[in-house]
Amino acid sequence: MSADEQSMRRVTAIRNGTVIDHIPGGLVLQALQIFNIDGRQSNPISLVMNVPSRKLGTKDILKIEDRELTQDELDRLALIAPMASVSIIRNYSVAEKLTIQLSDEMINVAHCVYSNCISNSVREPLPHRLKVLSTKPLILQCHYCGRNQNLERLIGNLL
Amino acid sequence: MNSLITMNDLTNDDIHRILADAEKLLPVAKGNLHLPLLQGKILGNLFFEPSTRTRMSFETAMKRLGGDVVNLGAVASSSVVKGETLHDTIRMVDGYSDVIALRHPLQGAAQYASDCANVPIANAGDGAGHHPTQTMLDLFTIKQAHGKIENLNVVLVGDLRFGRTVHSLSYALVRFGCKLTLVSPESLRLPDEIINELKEQGGELEITEDLKPQLENADVVYMTRIQKERFPDEDEYVRVAGVYKLVADDLSSVKKDMIVMHPLPRVDEINPDVDSTRHAAYFEQAFNGVVTRMALLCDMLNIPIPEKIGGEK
Repeated sequence: MSADEQSMRRVTAIRNGTVIDHIPGGLVLQALQIFNIDGRQSNPISLVMNVPSRKLGTKDILKIEDRELTQDELDRLALIAPMASVSIIRNYSVAEKLTIQLSDEMINVAHCVYSNCISNSVREPLPHRLKVLSTKPLILQCHYCGRNQNLERLIGNLL
Repeated sequence: MNSLITMNDLTNDDIHRILADAEKLLPVAKGNLHLPLLQGKILGNLFFEPSTRTRMSFETAMKRLGGDVVNLGAVASSSVVKGETLHDTIRMVDGYSDVIALRHPLQGAAQYASDCANVPIANAGDGAGHHPTQTMLDLFTIKQAHGKIENLNVVLVGDLRFGRTVHSLSYALVRFGCKLTLVSPESLRLPDEIINELKEQGGELEITEDLKPQLENADVVYMTRIQKERFPDEDEYVRVAGVYKLVADDLSSVKKDMIVMHPLPRVDEINPDVDSTRHAAYFEQAFNGVVTRMALLCDMLNIPIPEKIGGEK
């Protein structure tokens, strides 16, 4: 059994829901924030942190029971885990395998980290647009003010 | 066409072509020739922040070419105080005009306006962001003095952190191979992000707090005002206000063709005794705002400038 398989089995298989593998080690708590999981939901959530990974060195794994992630939610995950692999599980089997494929722009995922950017004027009817300048490493730039975004601060600005 | 939001909207060839057009339009800008290239066209002037030179020179440029201007006027007497969004203001003025000049306190406002409007937007300053029409008139002034804009030693002085003028200008100068010496107090240094981008573009930069030693080798000394209105904390402003003052005696050993520029208004960073030296270029620079904006307005409205301009007024 490979190290990755051992890692996956640290928690039991789920019947229905979503399994997210290859989250960079230590970032799974931010993934919870991205998916608005704050402990008040009733569905079971399993976390695995800092296990060995051939791809990433260390990785985290998140299993969310009874919830299938949408493509929009996947786009948000790109902020911290652009290499993540996502499996949709139905009746204990992998029904779909999804990978994050960043487009040239992230629209309405997060708002610019600069408070003096026009996009933070709450009454303006605008889409929040972040250009993807690079995926490795992830570099995002506000479409409006042209400034590069601090990703840690940006996670606090998720929409 | 084509909005002008940042200098990235213009290629180096565009810049050279527009500067050449501006040169041709000089007699029109001075009122010596009548050339109504923009007759029937209307400029919407939307200035959400105070402006003297930029607003007036846009207006003069339009009128010298036979066009007309509608003004937002004071923000306090417009629908903005009733809570109108920038989106709605732009959509309205879009219907009243053929081109819009926009100054706004928030960065990114010009790009947003360009997204909302059908007519071209000229960014006349967005917060501490960009001011490309100022950059074009600065380049025109430099070209007038040196016959070129390439490979010069340019010293930028003062508020390099909040000064949108120097942000746009520094990007343009690096594109033309100029060496930049950045003179400012540490708290007003050019933002790291801009420094990094300039370096990535091959820019040769020197960073210092000391102005006087930089004067001797300079081709251009570009002074700026420390902008009180951009400081969140007045104590911080007081600590750096008045730190650079250029006086005529400082210019005794500079190059003969070195020019002192300033986007104006000045406070005390250039002593009035510099005005009468051969190096003072800032009032000519202010005039150049008219001729450069004439060329830019024609370009944005796709109105070609005739090869030969003639005909007495």
